[in-house]
Amino acid sequence: MTRTLLTTISAVAFALAAATAGAKTLVYCSEGSPENFYPAINTTGTSFDANSQVYSRIVDFERGGTQVVPGLAERWDISEDGTVYTFYLRKGVKWHDTQKHFKPTRDLNADDIIFSIERQWKESNPYYKVTSSNHSYFNDMNMPKLLKSVEKVDDYTVRITLNQPEAPFLSDLAMEYAAIISKEYADAMLKAGTPERVDQEPVGTGPFYLVQYQKDAVIRYKAWPKFWGGKAKIDDLVFAITPDASVRWAKLQKGECHVMPYPNPADLDAIRKDPNVQLLEQPGLNVGYIAYNTTKKPFDDKRVRQALNMAINKKAIVDAVFLGSGVPAKNPIPPTIWSYDDSIEDYPYDPERAKKLLAEAGYPNGFETDLWAMPVQRPYNPNARRIAELAQADLAKIGVTAKIVSYEWGEYRKRAQNGEHLMAQLGWTGDNGDPDNFLHTLLGCDSAKSNGSNIAKWCFKPFDDLVVEAKRVSDQAKRAELYKKAQRIFHEEAPWFVIAHSVQYKPVRKEVIDFKLSPFGRHTFYGVDLK
Amino acid sequence: MLRFVLTRVSLVVPTFIGVTLLAFVLIRLVPGDPIETMAGERGIDPERHARLLREYGLDQPVLVQYGIYIGRVLRGDLGKSIVTSAPVIEEFATLFPATIELALCAVIFALLLGLPAGVVAAVRRNSIFDHGVMTVSLAGYSMPIFWWGLLLILLFSVKLGLTPVSGRIDLLYYIEPVTGFLLVDSLLSDQEGAFFSALSHLVLPAIVLGTVPLAVIARMTRSAMLEVLGEDYIRTARAKGLSPLRVVGLHALRNALIPVVTVIGLQVGVLFTGAILTETIFSWPGVGKWLVESINRRDYPVLQGGILLIGTVVMAVNLVVDVLYGVINPRIRHTR
Repeated sequence: MTRTLLTTISAVAFALAAATAGAKTLVYCSEGSPENFYPAINTTGTSFDANSQVYSRIVDFERGGTQVVPGLAERWDISEDGTVYTFYLRKGVKWHDTQKHFKPTRDLNADDIIFSIERQWKESNPYYKVTSSNHSYFNDMNMPKLLKSVEKVDDYTVRITLNQPEAPFLSDLAMEYAAIISKEYADAMLKAGTPERVDQEPVGTGPFYLVQYQKDAVIRYKAWPKFWGGKAKIDDLVFAITPDASVRWAKLQKGECHVMPYPNPADLDAIRKDPNVQLLEQPGLNVGYIAYNTTKKPFDDKRVRQALNMAINKKAIVDAVFLGSGVPAKNPIPPTIWSYDDSIEDYPYDPERAKKLLAEAGYPNGFETDLWAMPVQRPYNPNARRIAELAQADLAKIGVTAKIVSYEWGEYRKRAQNGEHLMAQLGWTGDNGDPDNFLHTLLGCDSAKSNGSNIAKWCFKPFDDLVVEAKRVSDQAKRAELYKKAQRIFHEEAPWFVIAHSVQYKPVRKEVIDFKLSPFGRHTFYGVDLK
Repeated sequence: MLRFVLTRVSLVVPTFIGVTLLAFVLIRLVPGDPIETMAGERGIDPERHARLLREYGLDQPVLVQYGIYIGRVLRGDLGKSIVTSAPVIEEFATLFPATIELALCAVIFALLLGLPAGVVAAVRRNSIFDHGVMTVSLAGYSMPIFWWGLLLILLFSVKLGLTPVSGRIDLLYYIEPVTGFLLVDSLLSDQEGAFFSALSHLVLPAIVLGTVPLAVIARMTRSAMLEVLGEDYIRTARAKGLSPLRVVGLHALRNALIPVVTVIGLQVGVLFTGAILTETIFSWPGVGKWLVESINRRDYPVLQGGILLIGTVVMAVNLVVDVLYGVINPRIRHTR
């Protein structure tokens, strides 16, 4: 970023504004610096938090949920066969006119939507390689294969045609990478010979505009008075970048910030006791699991998988490793996602029955296996080595000897995706809140191929038929039914030992009104107020 | 004197090559690459992976990459961060003044306390003061910085409310970076209270970062002084009837300073290492944390560029220290 970085209004004006009595300033102690201000190439939640204040998307996730609600498009039609989406854009959506080098002359229109998609899609677009061509999420959500055409019907109507029906498509468009950027701005900067500026001095249509960014120190925003949804209730938004969790907590205690993410589990007790702070909590949109390689003996026999599911003491693992920051999981999708089947009963911890089942399957004396432990820490798996050790001890009780194995993270994932393991830990954090993003992505036949993310290599037709069909149906109630059936099959076939969903904790000072936890773990401040 | 300086400078060149080559090769020996690291759980399909590696020039043999890199460095181009896409030199320029400001304050703190403590401890050898200084400095030297920092925050910021918890200045102030040194910029900005806010934010981090150098300086000064105080010329000076202050302050201290200056020079390296932790605890936007993050993310250009730039600074400081010997002690510049 440039030395001073984005300084769009004069220092004096800002200092005055900040000092004006009555201006509401919310300070968020964020955990790190954003990668940059082009969300389409961002890969971290930290970057998305910084960007989602500035930009809008065609559609949005409702505040505090995973349902898709209108964004820049006020409504849309989906064709009968589920392949043609027609979006009707809001009129009079104003771009931020607060940057030094560019003043918008027109409102948002269809050209901006098309430009924002083509920038990530078509190599011929002059901006394809600007800043970076690594459009991770666009590719991860399979857009290059999915998109057939994006056309302008008129200034306020855009038609997107897909190659095949894809029910989660709307959710995909509500993700951060699909932020809409100004074509007029891009064109102007290209002409001026400074295209990178578009990604450093962002011009968006979001509820806040960027005032200043100083790497590793601070990000300052101001409420955009002409925001299409109405001006935010707070006037100034400041991200005080504070990488250490204990220090964030110290700042929150002292009132140096209002909201903080990712508290230390060890601080939770003190946080609960503080009269000025409330602790919000919710199971996160994630799952940690041990996958059995179902293509290899002995795990090609579902009785063996079921036996192991009963042999490992899940509660002990969650208590010992998550320290209150996780809830035991029974389904492959977290309870915050629609279609979660709460009526399913988890495998009980029952070593005796496990032994019996193993004997039935032809392994009365157990067997030898490997058990992979991830070398990294994740919210859904704070200590893979420890989990492996606990599981190893449990397995020994039914005669199964497990050898713990680990590799460097990139290598680990690659080898697991190639199916080199017998038992391997992994996890997933949801992208778009759609069950498809878990059930099809992690357990479908498509991804059971080599290099695919289905590391159980589990391709089970009755299950796959359900999740593939659920992709083609647009009606959510019908889809939920299909996913519930799929979860039953998953339970019966047991390709994973599901461990836990991490719980996200958010200490928030009591003067903050209406801060909603996002299942995605995002931190957005539109709609939040201060006492 | 000129020859002395030139000899010292010529030694910098091989060190420079060694440092850049090591940084370059070592990070590439670590498994994983930046593209894969960014991909995380979801992974990346091999074809896109290969294409992106090619785009960043990471598909070439390491020595070829090094050759290209050195060529660019000599033209003043350190490349762009793979993670943020910002030029390395710009990121460095934004963050480095913060580290320097902190390190300078830490050194000043260490010198102001360490030198007098060492001198007095030596003069009053085996007194309670001497034992006290030695015990405290040993404790300071062995202090885990992270724990020490948190302890000070809890005590002075949270319990007593005397200092702010972290950051460089109160968020109320909007300071336009001019020099990057906030103590200077806050004065230039003419905003009331800004300077004191910046100063109060510096106190704890400077103490934390200065603790180890303080301990080392105090101990070094003491032992150097003890040695010098036993010399004949000191006895002569005393016999001449010079005041104790003159004997100790002028004759002894000047000679004792040579090893102390060496140690201060060496502490520059220690300061950068300590800065990594101190910056993390106090949310101090400096280069230490930046470099550690670049290792975790395999951001090769940042790591290479950062090490090169910091290496240059450390070498420059050591060069200055070497030259300073010559200034302090004429025997050194004449014999070499």
